[in-house]
Amino acid sequence: MTKYDKLVTNAAGRVVPTIINGEEHIPFMGVGKYKPGGRKYGPKIASCADYPEDGNKVVPGLKEALVRSGLKDGMTISTHHHFRNGDLMANQVFDIAKELGIKDLRWFPSASFPCQEHLVQYLEDGTINRIEGSMNGPLGRFASLGKMKGVGVLRSHGGRYQAIQDGEVKIDIAVIAAPTADAFGNANGVNGSAACGLLGFALGDSQYADKVIVVTYNLVPFPAIPWQIHGNYVDYVVEVDKVGLPEKIISGTTQITKSPDRLLIAEITAGFCEKAGLIYDGFSYQAGAGGTALSIGNYFGDILRKNNWKAAFIRAGSNKYPVEMLEEGIVSYILDGQTFDLEGVRSMRENSNHVATSPFTSYNYHGKGNFASLIDIVVLGATEVDVNFNANVVSHSDGYLLHGIGGWQNTLFGKTTIMPIPLFRDRIPVIRDEVTTLCAPGEMIDVIVTERGIAINPLRTDLIEKTKSSGLPIKTIQELKAEAEAICGIPEKPDLGDEIIAVVKWVDGTVIDSVRRVIK
Amino acid sequence: MTGEKAMVGNRGRGTKSDCYVELELKASGGIRLELKSKVKSLYGKAISKLAREIMSFFEVRDANLLIEDFGAVDFVLAARIEACVKKLINTDKEFLLPRLDTNAGSTERSAFRFSRLYLPGNSPKLMLNAGLHKPNGLILDLEDAVAPEKKHEARFVVRNALRNLDFYGAERMVRINQGEMGIEDLEYIVSQNANLILIPKSESADDVLAVDEAVRKLKAKNNSSQDIWLMPIIESAKGVINAYKIAAASKNISSVAIGLEDYTADLGTQRTSEGNESFFARSMVVNAARAAGVQPIDSVFSDVSDMEALARNVRKSKRLGFDGMGCIHPRQIKVIHENFAPSAMEIEKAKRIFLAFKEARANGLGVVSLGTKMIDAPVVKRAVNAITVAVNIGVLDKDWEMQAESQV
Repeated sequence: MTKYDKLVTNAAGRVVPTIINGEEHIPFMGVGKYKPGGRKYGPKIASCADYPEDGNKVVPGLKEALVRSGLKDGMTISTHHHFRNGDLMANQVFDIAKELGIKDLRWFPSASFPCQEHLVQYLEDGTINRIEGSMNGPLGRFASLGKMKGVGVLRSHGGRYQAIQDGEVKIDIAVIAAPTADAFGNANGVNGSAACGLLGFALGDSQYADKVIVVTYNLVPFPAIPWQIHGNYVDYVVEVDKVGLPEKIISGTTQITKSPDRLLIAEITAGFCEKAGLIYDGFSYQAGAGGTALSIGNYFGDILRKNNWKAAFIRAGSNKYPVEMLEEGIVSYILDGQTFDLEGVRSMRENSNHVATSPFTSYNYHGKGNFASLIDIVVLGATEVDVNFNANVVSHSDGYLLHGIGGWQNTLFGKTTIMPIPLFRDRIPVIRDEVTTLCAPGEMIDVIVTERGIAINPLRTDLIEKTKSSGLPIKTIQELKAEAEAICGIPEKPDLGDEIIAVVKWVDGTVIDSVRRVIK
Repeated sequence: MTGEKAMVGNRGRGTKSDCYVELELKASGGIRLELKSKVKSLYGKAISKLAREIMSFFEVRDANLLIEDFGAVDFVLAARIEACVKKLINTDKEFLLPRLDTNAGSTERSAFRFSRLYLPGNSPKLMLNAGLHKPNGLILDLEDAVAPEKKHEARFVVRNALRNLDFYGAERMVRINQGEMGIEDLEYIVSQNANLILIPKSESADDVLAVDEAVRKLKAKNNSSQDIWLMPIIESAKGVINAYKIAAASKNISSVAIGLEDYTADLGTQRTSEGNESFFARSMVVNAARAAGVQPIDSVFSDVSDMEALARNVRKSKRLGFDGMGCIHPRQIKVIHENFAPSAMEIEKAKRIFLAFKEARANGLGVVSLGTKMIDAPVVKRAVNAITVAVNIGVLDKDWEMQAESQV
């Protein structure tokens, strides 16, 4: 099997393969242009007759569950990141696969984290053929150097659901880590001492995978309520001592920044939103996890209080800051995709206005609408943007894959997308002639806010008009780029090979860009 | 000097926008450059080119040069490499990059000096964005913020920063060292037209005059007539007693500051948040400065996390008669400006006085009155000051007069 074949230039001008890991893929055709046909993927029909009448699906150990699920060469195995850097599942699953001598697995995580560096050895020895999911830290470095056997596929959270639903990725075995479950397989993330919030990322896997294994350390009598995962989808339940480390869902990025430079960017961003009239009684916004995004939320809170307004909802990534706003009464709902700290978990458990969502409700592009497009203000980061407002979130300017897409591509569909980013980081300018990896077409990005000025996408004439005499430091994106280069110098192009080591999917499953191998 | 090795700069965890340089002179073999850089794939060629240019500028032909770079910009790389060369070679030559146009000008003696932000002279990572926080002045500190063994290399960073760092409109200030070392510092600073020099631990008029004279000589040597203002800092009991003599020592003095950490130590007491222990000294400095016709400037407030306490401190400082204070964190700047600035009520009053004064003059009246009150010249002067300040910090539109007329 060739890793990839039949290169074409897609609608964004990027050269991408249409055969990837032996399967056919569609090149990016433009935002909203690709119309899917056919029907959704149908998982096998199960019968109650094949499952224990007493509802007890507990089997002794994960290995037993994997063996009974028919684990064999070439299968697709999914795990999830609701424990973020405290995940214990992925490493165990592939330790077992290795022990059983299984080869060529496709790992289909909802995201990977540095705690999974352990898997590099299995990528090397062929236990794992490739990762289709985010590649962070050491895994990204491994893939970037062209060492992965298959071609990586990067998808957004919504794109992952879409790929499962459309049958583009058929999951053989889904392993779902659950802080609480019953023997029937009902499971949730809000209860138990390892509570991590919600299990939304595993929803699609439970619905469409051939075999579903729920792993828990907190086995409660039927019914485990709320049943975020329905036992009716579940084949086996495994009880373990430790299912994940909830304290590790708190990453370093979930504190409000103390950096004066980032606070300045946050302040300018909030000032822009206020003066452009984007904040009003009943508005909504996407709360990101980064320190800058969190402090922007803080400033939004100040603006709401000052005007005696109330936000309709916050789309989150929640942690203590949005929770405080909910409890203070300046926001009506948190629609939460993942919890970033234990305050978020507590709030979700106790407060019915703190709602667990899934990539299906919030992000799936192949549905009858999703609520990403209802959000007024979306605040996102980026590793690079270019003079045409195209943005990159997966690789650095040196070409290394270092971040996942997450919900980033999906939330671009909000009414106004703002990227508050430093104009340069350790000499590396953020605005380039052309992004190293294209993750979002420029038409989706409305405003770039830096410490040295604000650039508004020329397509947003309304925003340009509204902020014309606001006193805000509005500049063109070319002016900002020139300003950075006056300080940092003009960067060289990184040394990248022709070989494609991964592709980036757009939200509709089409291929928007290729990631090239880094020459060390 | 062959075989000698010099080391300059910073490395290790948390190093950013900086570099570490090692130079070892050799008898032969040309320049062997080893570059380790986190931005190598984007700036490796540019860094190598600059390093070789500096080697050839100082006529270093055979040497091992190691650069560990953490995203340093050119003026920092150049400062580090030059400092390294000068540890091994005696030369008067200076490697200078083209100066930014914005760093050519001088400032007014009476410029606003509400806030002045201290930056350690040997820490380039804090410099690049400092001006964006809009302090009235940025101080590149060669004194307390630089360790004794780093004094030499810091001078090159400060010199280059005065040329190549964008101060975004802030006054370009340097705090030199005490005594002889401070006089040596001046050679790196006066040639770059720093706007203002802070003289630490000034205890007598002679302390200030020594600096004043050295600056004069260096300016004459450079054929420069640009103003360089002096701000003596009084930090001891003796300095407080001599405050007026210090403040009046030279026409180049624009302001006199007080440094309370050292002063309270000298008194054998400690700084408290009420500040009773420094009341005398602060009042003395205010009186001395006013008597000499220069700006009295207050000490820094060192608790960077407590903005409420800072605000109270600033308001107290303003009531005592100070025109500004130092700061050690960018987040303090806004609080200082807001609290030194005239209040909304003061601005309204100042506007009324100013308009009444104008109207009286237009009508040829010698006496100005507002309501039943007579307004004399100092009151008008204070009103004009308040308005200028308000416009300057952006709480009053510069076209307020036109708007006031159109409302009538």
